[in-house]
Amino acid sequence: MRNLQKYIGIILPLLVVAALMLYPTITGKAAARETAFTILKAIALASSLNILLGYTGYVSFGHIVFFGFGGYVGFYLLSSQGMSLWVSILAGGFSSGLLAFLLGKAILRLRGAYFALATIGVNEAMRAFINNFDLFGGPTGITLNFKAYLAYGGAAKALEMAFYVVGGLAILAILMSYIIRTSKFGLGLLAIRENEDAAEVMGVFAPDAKTWAYVLSAIIPGMIGVLFFFKNGNVEPHDAFPLHASIELLVMVMLGGQGTVLGPILGAFAYQGMRGYLVTSDFFKDIQLSVSGALLLIIVLFIPAGAVGWLRQRFPILRRVLA
Amino acid sequence: MQQISLLLASLPDGILLGFVYGVAAMGLTLIWGVMNVINLSHGPIISLGMFGTYLIFIKLGINPYLGLFIVAPVGLLLGILIYTVAVHRVINAPHLSSLLATFSVNMIIIGLGTAFFTTSPFNVDFNMGSVTLGSTTLLGTRLIAALAAVIVTGGLYLFLYRTRPGKNIRAVANNRAAAELMGIPSSRILALSFGLGTMLAAISGALIATFFPFSILSGGGYELKSFVIGVLGGLGNPIGALVGGLVLGILEAIIPAFLETSWVPVIEFGLFILVLLVRPNGLFGAKQ
Amino acid sequence: MKRTLFNLFALLIVLSLALTACGGKATPAPTEAPVVVPATEAPVPATEAPVVVVEKTITIGFTASQTGAQEVSSKRQVNGFNLWMNQVNEAGGLTLSDGTVVKFAAQSYDDESTKERVQELYTRLITEDNADFLISPYSSGLTAAAAVIAEQNGKLMITTGAADDDTYKQGYTGVFQLYTPGSLYFTSTVDMLKTLDPAAKIAIVNESDKFSTAVVGGLKPYAEAAGFEIVLEEAYASDTADFGPIINKIVDSGATVVLGGGHYPDGSTFARQLYERKVGIQFIGILVAPPDSKFSELGDAALGVTGPSQWEGKATHTEEEANALGIEWFGPSGAEFSAAFEAAYGDKPTYHAAGGYAAGLLLEKAIRNADSVDSEAVKAALDAMNLFTFYGGIKFDTSAEAHGLQIGHSMVVIQWQKNDAGELVREVIWPADVATKPAIFPIVVP
Repeated sequence: MRNLQKYIGIILPLLVVAALMLYPTITGKAAARETAFTILKAIALASSLNILLGYTGYVSFGHIVFFGFGGYVGFYLLSSQGMSLWVSILAGGFSSGLLAFLLGKAILRLRGAYFALATIGVNEAMRAFINNFDLFGGPTGITLNFKAYLAYGGAAKALEMAFYVVGGLAILAILMSYIIRTSKFGLGLLAIRENEDAAEVMGVFAPDAKTWAYVLSAIIPGMIGVLFFFKNGNVEPHDAFPLHASIELLVMVMLGGQGTVLGPILGAFAYQGMRGYLVTSDFFKDIQLSVSGALLLIIVLFIPAGAVGWLRQRFPILRRVLA
Repeated sequence: MQQISLLLASLPDGILLGFVYGVAAMGLTLIWGVMNVINLSHGPIISLGMFGTYLIFIKLGINPYLGLFIVAPVGLLLGILIYTVAVHRVINAPHLSSLLATFSVNMIIIGLGTAFFTTSPFNVDFNMGSVTLGSTTLLGTRLIAALAAVIVTGGLYLFLYRTRPGKNIRAVANNRAAAELMGIPSSRILALSFGLGTMLAAISGALIATFFPFSILSGGGYELKSFVIGVLGGLGNPIGALVGGLVLGILEAIIPAFLETSWVPVIEFGLFILVLLVRPNGLFGAKQ
Repeated sequence: MKRTLFNLFALLIVLSLALTACGGKATPAPTEAPVVVPATEAPVPATEAPVVVVEKTITIGFTASQTGAQEVSSKRQVNGFNLWMNQVNEAGGLTLSDGTVVKFAAQSYDDESTKERVQELYTRLITEDNADFLISPYSSGLTAAAAVIAEQNGKLMITTGAADDDTYKQGYTGVFQLYTPGSLYFTSTVDMLKTLDPAAKIAIVNESDKFSTAVVGGLKPYAEAAGFEIVLEEAYASDTADFGPIINKIVDSGATVVLGGGHYPDGSTFARQLYERKVGIQFIGILVAPPDSKFSELGDAALGVTGPSQWEGKATHTEEEANALGIEWFGPSGAEFSAAFEAAYGDKPTYHAAGGYAAGLLLEKAIRNADSVDSEAVKAALDAMNLFTFYGGIKFDTSAEAHGLQIGHSMVVIQWQKNDAGELVREVIWPADVATKPAIFPIVVP
């Protein structure tokens, strides 16, 4: 019993993902699968961002740069070099991690809003660069030949497979998030979040810890990028680095509760669900952006700790359960 | 040699534009300096300023420069409204909260703007003639806009250094707690500062609209430019923003002489990151 | 007070979660309305009781950009399509040879002009709304993403507002392009230039994006083959507002002709600044912006600017033209279409609107030819299609390398000129046989 209680913090998030993965399989609806794909993708990205944002307290405004950069590298290998999806995904994750490592060494010295601004700059600079980078197709981007799906049993099978892969990556992101949260390394990150200088005094070597947190938060987005472009069949610079998607990720983490394992999952679920509903509803579709904005404002102003944070405040008993 | 003639032709234009960019960035950096908030609704407000000129000139037939006297107070009031509704509650919360609060204002304005104006470009067909100086042509609209930008900057400077509310703003920017102890109503001063910031954004939008076509989404580009300028000139330093604007304007003018124009943003944002890393207080700010 | 507030917002979150759940569960609706599905098997009983007219409703799915950057052109396209649909339905639908009456219904969602949700929405259209046929979103990028979904679900998609060539070279078999492909956009302009000034020096200045790069990729070799000297090639970032430095480069290069542009915002800005700086360019050809009616807002800056157009009300294609070519004619005349469009939406149709209408018309004709609404039969009909409508020729490449690429449609060149009353009007200046006015050349005396 005690064991169960100890692990419920990870079991609950995994159950959510499992349910999301099973739902389309049970109903057998492709549309449900697509919706679940969008949500799982958001969960994986938000959980990754949470490692940096929630645990370490650094607001990365351009986190989508890792999605775009890793995705571009992997997708290039996949479509132009004929490598398999699996190798490409790994390459995407690796290149994003490497980028984060190099960037982290430089920009993690900045604090607060200066760091946030720098990440915006990195995203915009990267997008502009890729737009001029002929190896990756420059402004035309890269398009995958439809025949490439044959290797995975045809397009329909390939897209179904992509769904399970995204589920797997979501689980990976959550496990990573949980392991970090409960490890000594994670404790160091939390200390940095609370007070970086004090943490250094207490023996946390902040520059290294921050850099590794940055790297770990970048790997999964890179892998997701490759998978997403594979599924889309093409990529152009402006849809690989959408700044607003970065901000949406922040919203998801914030909505669910930053610094918790479950928070980003709930946030991603709620946010994507809400947008999906508003976009397809007859009543809201014309002003859906404003409605989303107003809802977001209300949440930021009145429930800044997010859903999970709020629950933990209101019901102390949950604190043990909701890690 | 060819480059030099190109440079001479493009430079004056870059400088004129730089003044206008500077006013936009001043709004952003003023708000940052006073309350440490990065205003992500900056871009849409610039767009609203553009539509201000459009409505005033096309619909009411009033000269766009006279229109500034309508755009400015409306911008001020809008800013105070945004501050009261969206920012005041999170003014002491971590950065993320104020960033997201102003971002949600951004979403609301763009959503409503799309519903009213669509996202299609509008054009204010307004021409003030041009002056040809050697190999370069200076457009009247840009000359006047640059002049207006200088006047606005001077006005802001006088306001901040010569009037009581202005001095209060500086006091609050310097040390809010101490200012409160001295009896300065900090909430009102913060609201006023935010209002001034959005007013500057709206004015710059109104000026830009006299020479570039625009849509409700156009402000986003100028918002990013404002970030770059703010950092070049030192965040929180309104006068530095004007200088930063000039630097950016000049860069935009001279880079195409050496490289394909599509490289401009790469260099702009690269420089932006570099300045953040090397001189976070701006090119001209005091060393940390 | 505070607590009630908190409760309120907790409720809000729960509500939004619930909405999500509903969104997911809203699926039973289509199954509860089985009109569409069983009707497909209906023809069999129909032969037993011939008195009963079997009515079949065909759902056509697409996403439209109701928000975001592509909103305006996308809405025009959708208006054009809806006009076709309403006309067909009001006329009592199509009657197939077995007596089935086919009517059409449209289902669409907002794609927000981004690729983020396009695939999700198209899958939804296919699997939940049971769309029988698909129309593409507006713009090449979104269409490329949607095409993957259409292809893997075996649904036919007619693309309109998507000129990029790339999508049709990816091995698809069920995607059919209505627009003249991007690489051919400027060929008619170059042909015309040859008659105007074979010694012209061309500056190519284009937006750095997928569509414009594709156009320039086709333009450059074509112009060179025609013997023109290209003195400048310059790409600019999509949100460029100040063209001053670029214009200085153009002047510096000694160009007499400028071809390029990209989409509406940058194209109109470019045209305006070319005018304001009075740099003495003799001929300006810009993509997308000039054929739009809004372009006249530029005032004098619009005068003389030309652009390639997929279709023009003034030079609409005619039945005589089709007869002369020996190609089958179908659908209303250009005048009928324009009048109907203006009556419905109070606005003169642009080529985006004509494209939307023609997409419907093409589908209608394919269904008639196939005498069936079965995807495979309609696909065969589209493959065999060689048609002439008010929109122009429609014929598809059926080779394995570029299946579905439009090869039957040609573009016209328009120029903004002043009429006798001094108002700006769009005149067709090329090809010569449909031209309404001779070209103004040069725009400024050198």
